[in-house]
Amino acid sequence: MSALARRHHGAQGVGGPLLYLRRTRVVALGEWVEIRVPGESPWRGQVIDAGRDISVIQVLEDTVGLAPAAVEITLTGREATAVVGRELLGRAFNGMGLPIDGLPPPVGDATRSVWGAPLNPVRRARPGDFIETGISAIDGMNTLVRGQKLPVFSGPGLPGLDLAARIVEGARAPRDEAFAVVFVGIGITSRETDAFLERFDRSGARERSVLYINQTRDPTIERLLAPRVALAQAEHLAFDLGMHVLVVIADLTHYCEALREIATAREEIPGRRGYPGYMYSDLASIYERAGVLAGKPGSVTQLPILTMPDDDITHPIPDLTGYITEGQVVLSRDLHRRGVFPPVDVLPSLSRLMQSGIGAGKTAAEHREWSNQLYAVYTRGREARLMAAIVGEAGLAPEDRRALAFADRFELDFVGQGDARRTIGETLEIGWQLLETLPREDLHRLSDTVWAARLAGAASQPAVVRP
Amino acid sequence: MSTARLVRISGALAEAEPLADAALYELVRVGERGLLGEVVRISGDRGTVQIFEETTGLRVGERLAATGNALTVELGPGLLGSVLDGIGRPLQRVADATGDFIAPGTSAPTLDAGRRWAFTPVIASGAPVRGGDVLGTVTERPGFVHRVMVPPRVTGQVAAIAAGEYTVWQPFGRLEDGTGLTLAQSWPVRQPRPVASHLALHQPLVTGQRVFDLLFPVAEGGSVAVPGGFGTGKTVIEQSLAKYAAADIIVYVGCGERGNEMAEVLEEFPRLVDQRTGRSVMDRTVLLVNTSNMPVAAREASVYVGVTIAEYYRDMGYRVALMADSLSRWAEALREIGARLQEMPGEEGYPTYLGNRLGKFYERAGHVRACGAPERDGALTVISAISPPGGDFSEPVTQASLRVVGALWALDPELAHQRQFPAVDWETSYSLYADATAPWFSERAGGDWLQLRRAMLELLQRDRELREIATLVGSEALQDGDRLLLEVARVVRDTVLGQSAYDPNDALSSIEKTWLLATLCRELLAAGQRALDGGTAFDQLDLAVPRRLLADLRRAADSELAAGAAAVRAALAGVAR
Ligand SMILES: Nc1ncnc2c1ncn2[C@@H]1O[C@H](COP(=O)(O)OP(=O)(O)OP(=O)(O)O)[C@@H](O)[C@H]1O
Ligand SMILES: [Mg+2]
Repeated sequence: MSALARRHHGAQGVGGPLLYLRRTRVVALGEWVEIRVPGESPWRGQVIDAGRDISVIQVLEDTVGLAPAAVEITLTGREATAVVGRELLGRAFNGMGLPIDGLPPPVGDATRSVWGAPLNPVRRARPGDFIETGISAIDGMNTLVRGQKLPVFSGPGLPGLDLAARIVEGARAPRDEAFAVVFVGIGITSRETDAFLERFDRSGARERSVLYINQTRDPTIERLLAPRVALAQAEHLAFDLGMHVLVVIADLTHYCEALREIATAREEIPGRRGYPGYMYSDLASIYERAGVLAGKPGSVTQLPILTMPDDDITHPIPDLTGYITEGQVVLSRDLHRRGVFPPVDVLPSLSRLMQSGIGAGKTAAEHREWSNQLYAVYTRGREARLMAAIVGEAGLAPEDRRALAFADRFELDFVGQGDARRTIGETLEIGWQLLETLPREDLHRLSDTVWAARLAGAASQPAVVRP
Repeated sequence: MSTARLVRISGALAEAEPLADAALYELVRVGERGLLGEVVRISGDRGTVQIFEETTGLRVGERLAATGNALTVELGPGLLGSVLDGIGRPLQRVADATGDFIAPGTSAPTLDAGRRWAFTPVIASGAPVRGGDVLGTVTERPGFVHRVMVPPRVTGQVAAIAAGEYTVWQPFGRLEDGTGLTLAQSWPVRQPRPVASHLALHQPLVTGQRVFDLLFPVAEGGSVAVPGGFGTGKTVIEQSLAKYAAADIIVYVGCGERGNEMAEVLEEFPRLVDQRTGRSVMDRTVLLVNTSNMPVAAREASVYVGVTIAEYYRDMGYRVALMADSLSRWAEALREIGARLQEMPGEEGYPTYLGNRLGKFYERAGHVRACGAPERDGALTVISAISPPGGDFSEPVTQASLRVVGALWALDPELAHQRQFPAVDWETSYSLYADATAPWFSERAGGDWLQLRRAMLELLQRDRELREIATLVGSEALQDGDRLLLEVARVVRDTVLGQSAYDPNDALSSIEKTWLLATLCRELLAAGQRALDGGTAFDQLDLAVPRRLLADLRRAADSELAAGAAAVRAALAGVAR
């Protein structure tokens, strides 16, 4: 966008987060706008509908007190950009990228459009580097790899953010590879923010992190910009500077609500539960900004967190997310009630990139068979639990009874790990020990080769990579 | 020249004035960067254009130029192995121009204009020709003959034709009326290519997936809908078919899905060998990619570009399979554009013409006699994934598809959570092609395929009933015969229906292997029943050994089948311990 800045005095009207501007001759779609009223700090916005007769500006700050007749509007001639750079590490910004840590604005290495162009699929490399998170339910059963987008589906009051904090804490740079964390808080409470940041500081992760914080009390519409500003920085660190970047975004549910607010203000035809029909594409423009480039160092891995309204996984927010991301880690209220931490329900959880991140030379040669076997018995145990709820354990056939006992132990000992951080070796060993409580004839998924190797004590040594 | 200028830009749409003399669906170049777009509405002197590229930064007042053509795709040698975006631009050439990230406004023709191909004519000058006639051949890939055809609707007499090396647009001959004959032709993607006639469907497209070949087969020229919630395995199925199905050509349309999945395909396909031809799978594949973060209007176009390419190879007389993943994203693109056009929405906000468009798309599948000489038959099979919101099949895209397709492969999240893959719900799924294709399978398998199919479905049905009873009375309370059936049904689910896409020996199941595994499961049931009849109690049966051997057999190479089957049968003799 090369046009120079143009000024307009007075707007046609304002409604909710939208400002309407008349006779905008050379306005561009996506153009960044500054709105001033004498004596007040400026509002910022962007053009979401560019028209010769009338243009619509989405205002990112609260529009309360904005008098359309009195404003002076500057169409800046450029689209929304963010300052990006290595020097941003250790700093904190708001959702628009302005400092909130009392330090001056950074000069940075460059400015990047926050919208981010799509990665050309032929330039992507297939992700396949195992990330050890230290969480058994993830490392063992739903393995995360670099360049993946793996959301946490939490529920109201469930420890989604805690789990994310744990994963970030567990992160250390292996093989001296440069790595960084970008954290985006979207509409989260100051209590949640503080708790998260405190753990961050304790683990010493702060100086290799960049924080973008939009709290509950901050402007809603800014939430639409925050993840994009953060991803512009993440892409810079990853693809210009060759770092491995883990992006934690919490909470996407607030983002989607902001999106709905705009759609409502524009009187668009609402889709499911009032969310706009284009929410899939919109979310994709965030989630798809994860990946690895062929022949280049660096990666962007995303760990978005969202709250399933009413624990409903078919709600459009988790549903559309699941359709875009490469799996999901689903938290269970039942496990949480029973004091299991992290309360991950491994059945609906999934990592689609697991297959390329495990196996000989990465985790262990027998990893796939091992996890298939754990899944098979655990599934049978869960079915047996339903049956037992009606007929009692005594009504179960022997194999069902054994599977049920296994499921109980699996949840407590394998999934439940409390504060401990486990290496992949430890995770595999705990799984094996649980499997060994069953007779061989119950282990239909284990081939004789793998079983014999286990009996012979041939433990394979995992190659560990951290995020 | 047009003096049209943009007066409004909103999302993927732009309005321009004056645009009264443009035609509906005419292709236009928009703005200084020359973004590609298509006229979707004309009202008075204002035209509305959907733009196939990112519109951010487009300004009111920029110019717009009509091209006089509809959206077409170049068809000719060089398509195989290529990776195209939604409107047919090779992504490799886009990358050469704009780097790792896609920037709008890149021009990149579908076919490499500079590459030369050795052309061998099959007719001589003086011959009268009409649309579809084969003029000669080019070896497009080692062992693959590309038939160069007279474009549809063209007739005349060949005035000159010569063997030699030609680029795709360089004439190798001409007709009496001066029309140049070239290796490539263009075709408007929204129009089906003509065929001489439609033929009956009787030959299966062998998928290499046991659950489909045995229970829910698809005929060559047929169409299948594969609906399923997220993570139920649609993409794995589409990719497995692309890798292993017995088709000559695969057109794979990644419509609004993930970039990393495409990276996976691009890494795997070139390395994978098509067992029937000994050549790389990539050599028979054309990929169309519009990931979920690429422009929506191009997503809408991508399935048409894909199906047009598929029809082109069908017209040469090949058996083509088109995978569309996912048609829901296409429908959503339609909805998004419809909404911005302020059209009256139908069900769930989709435009009222959704069913109509969807039907027309599926209708491009078929087993056909191609136009022109020599006589040749081709087939185009369409297998499309559908992503129903919340996994609920009552939504419009699934329902509209079910009105036209011949088979439904319904995927069930519950099965997927249990890691029962492919997560095909055998109660809901169906195939209208089962009877017509059975003779072919039976002949290959050397046994009654339909009967085996029926036996499997009955067993699964009985299993479902018994499991419901078991949840009420407990598995311990069931009769021994019923417990045996439940156990054998587990084996069937594990070894016949279950098939791992990640195990090199299991990912593709030959007809032989499918037949054998299912037959052995029936023998297991019979052996168990004999033992029970002979007075052995269920708890005394040794089912674990044959079960494990069957699992090994599932993972065995075809060369090991006979030995493995012998081992299972030996173990069956010992079921009574
Ligand atoms: N045949 C199979 N063998 C082994 N694993 C499978 C198989 N089919 C599916 N899976 C597992 O299920 C996961 C999800 O499958 P897939 O990506 O095909 O789902 P999908 O239906 O396409 O989901 P979405 O609609 O979100 O794209 C895979 O990553 C894989 O782990
Ligand atoms: Mg998919």
